[in-house]
Amino acid sequence: MSAVVTSPAFKANAKAALADTELQKALALVEVNFIVRRRAAADQLPEFEALRDEARDIKDHALAHLDLYLEEYEKRVVAHGGHVHFAVDAEEARRIVLDVCRRLGAKTVTKGKTMIGEEIGINSFLEANGVVPIETDLGEYLIQLRGELPSHIIAPAVHLTKAQVAADFRRCHADLPRDRDLTEPTTLAAEARTVLRQKFLAADVGITGANFLIAETGSSVIVTNEGNGDLTQTLPKAHIVLASIDKVVPTLEDLSQLLRVLARSATGQEASVYTTVSTGPRRADDPDGPNEYHVVILDNGRSNMLGGQFRDILRCIRCGACMNHCPVYSAVGGHAYGWVYPGPMGAVMTPALVGIDKTGHLPNASTFCGRCEEVCPVRIPLPKMLRHWREREFERRLSPATVRAGLRFWAFFARHPRLYGLATLVFARSLAWFGRRRGRFRFLPFARGWTRHRDFPAPMGSTFQAQWRSRRRSS
Amino acid sequence: MSGRDTVMASIRRGLGVSGREAPRRQAVESRIAGHPSGLRPARGQLPPKERLELFVTMVERSAATVARVGALDDVPAAVAEFLRRHNLPMRAQRGADASLAAMPWAAETTLAIDAGPPDPASLAAVSRAMAGITETGTLVLASGPDNPTSLNFLPDNHVVVVTAADVAGDFDAVWARLREKYGESLPRAVNLVTGPSRTADIEQTLVIGAHGPRRLHVVVVGEAE
Ligand code: SF4
Repeated sequence: MSAVVTSPAFKANAKAALADTELQKALALVEVNFIVRRRAAADQLPEFEALRDEARDIKDHALAHLDLYLEEYEKRVVAHGGHVHFAVDAEEARRIVLDVCRRLGAKTVTKGKTMIGEEIGINSFLEANGVVPIETDLGEYLIQLRGELPSHIIAPAVHLTKAQVAADFRRCHADLPRDRDLTEPTTLAAEARTVLRQKFLAADVGITGANFLIAETGSSVIVTNEGNGDLTQTLPKAHIVLASIDKVVPTLEDLSQLLRVLARSATGQEASVYTTVSTGPRRADDPDGPNEYHVVILDNGRSNMLGGQFRDILRCIRCGACMNHCPVYSAVGGHAYGWVYPGPMGAVMTPALVGIDKTGHLPNASTFCGRCEEVCPVRIPLPKMLRHWREREFERRLSPATVRAGLRFWAFFARHPRLYGLATLVFARSLAWFGRRRGRFRFLPFARGWTRHRDFPAPMGSTFQAQWRSRRRSS
Repeated sequence: MSGRDTVMASIRRGLGVSGREAPRRQAVESRIAGHPSGLRPARGQLPPKERLELFVTMVERSAATVARVGALDDVPAAVAEFLRRHNLPMRAQRGADASLAAMPWAAETTLAIDAGPPDPASLAAVSRAMAGITETGTLVLASGPDNPTSLNFLPDNHVVVVTAADVAGDFDAVWARLREKYGESLPRAVNLVTGPSRTADIEQTLVIGAHGPRRLHVVVVGEAE
């Protein structure tokens, strides 16, 4: 019941996205808003580039000592009266959450933004088990009303227009006056605030994600702008944090460095509005806060990545900069990637978590322009990892049959250079003859992947080898 | 095997370690005990006067408003002024904080201040920040009976009192104060607040006032030494 994977349909998804004019408008805005703001924020802090190096080193250190930091973290959560649950996979994580909800007789659960929640498909699971999950991050709420996946990790509803939102509100908030004004983002946000305020007050359990877990203090940290995460974790009887093993960092000082690069890379803010460091449940004299505090730490395949070529992606702090700067993302949007994590980080993570067999298109959807690596606050070599996936995909013989056949064909000629020379000469001559009038082809059999988007230049009638030989002779 | 043991074993297999290696254990222990700071941006290392000026600038940049007063006793008048300016009901709620309790609220005859647990219907709250952070214009609020966390998020309008002496240069200076004040055990929630609540989830248009306060008003008390 994890989030459904539609990555095998990447090409069809991408084609539909390219034809969607509303989506294209939204994606054009992503480019303007996020890129310009990140640049401005980075320029205002002279130490920004050096801080990125430190952020990378902190995450590397934490990953290299991950087992020990998780033990330290766990010890301190327990000392504060909280509970830590390790989950091998999505199924186990969902069970843990449901058990807490059942024990407390929970009817509704409010949710702050959690990508792990998306990864394990917690919403549909809770619903199927009689617990109503309510997304409270405005963007997540909007896509929940539509039954969609987020299309961006920090701006989940970036693909929607305000007219679509207004229509959804009229459909779902049917008890509100029909003639109300829903034409502007301000009125829409105000309506969501009013509707969700009641849900916050009524919820039995609150579920949030975690941007970081701090080993030194046993704290979970969320970083938000709306304040929904805080209402989610402060008001109900129990707070459940959904995290993954890679979220732990050693100390508060390490948190400083990561915060210094996170908001600037994500939204171009100096700091997000709310950074909350939570440690355990309500204390004896606390007038508010949850009575129970649970942290679910999900593996779901990440530990396998520690030993191989993909360890560096576990440094990811989910800022979204790589997708904001990605020409492929900005052409097709997040949904085309077909699972929870889009963009370059998604194209690296998704094959690792759900299998390269279903997601082989994702590493191929890259122009290798390198902008993602240039902006990644923890300097993850994303293009290199995409290349690793492509290599693996070929090794596992999962590339399309035509690619494999083509390479076999080529290997034959590589071993028989004379035959190659003859064959290419014949081919080049005939192409030159067919294409002689325009100097290029609009269409070539067996090369539709090329000619669909561009013309193929007609050769001049001689092969590279032949030219090479004659040049060597004349020099 | 429990989920925990399976995950731990798998992590150790991935890292190629047993978990018992002394140098690794040593590295983790000393990192946690020593909690070394990394590079600290220069803007957080200013002398007190410049620091306070920059703090105020940064707070204003976060779309919060600032009032400067001379002493804690001047706070009730500043709160009343804020409520009046926005045509709000002359009523606010506060926690049990001793410095807030000791303020001359009675002198503001039109203003009612309620002490006690958070009330979802409150329109305005007053809190005392334990610190300010200059590098980002951030307020640091610690949970507990003195300043209940829900007051930071439920009311539409939040007035936060911070003294000039409590304005620190950067995050790291605040962590040091937290350790000094609370030792090993942090308060249940430490809220770092930078400006009023906002969202840009609808067509990437910035709307101030999402789920938390629509207005954040910071009363800075006193001058830098
Ligand atoms: S890979 Fe880097 S840029 Fe992309 S979301 Fe993760 S941290 Fe941000």
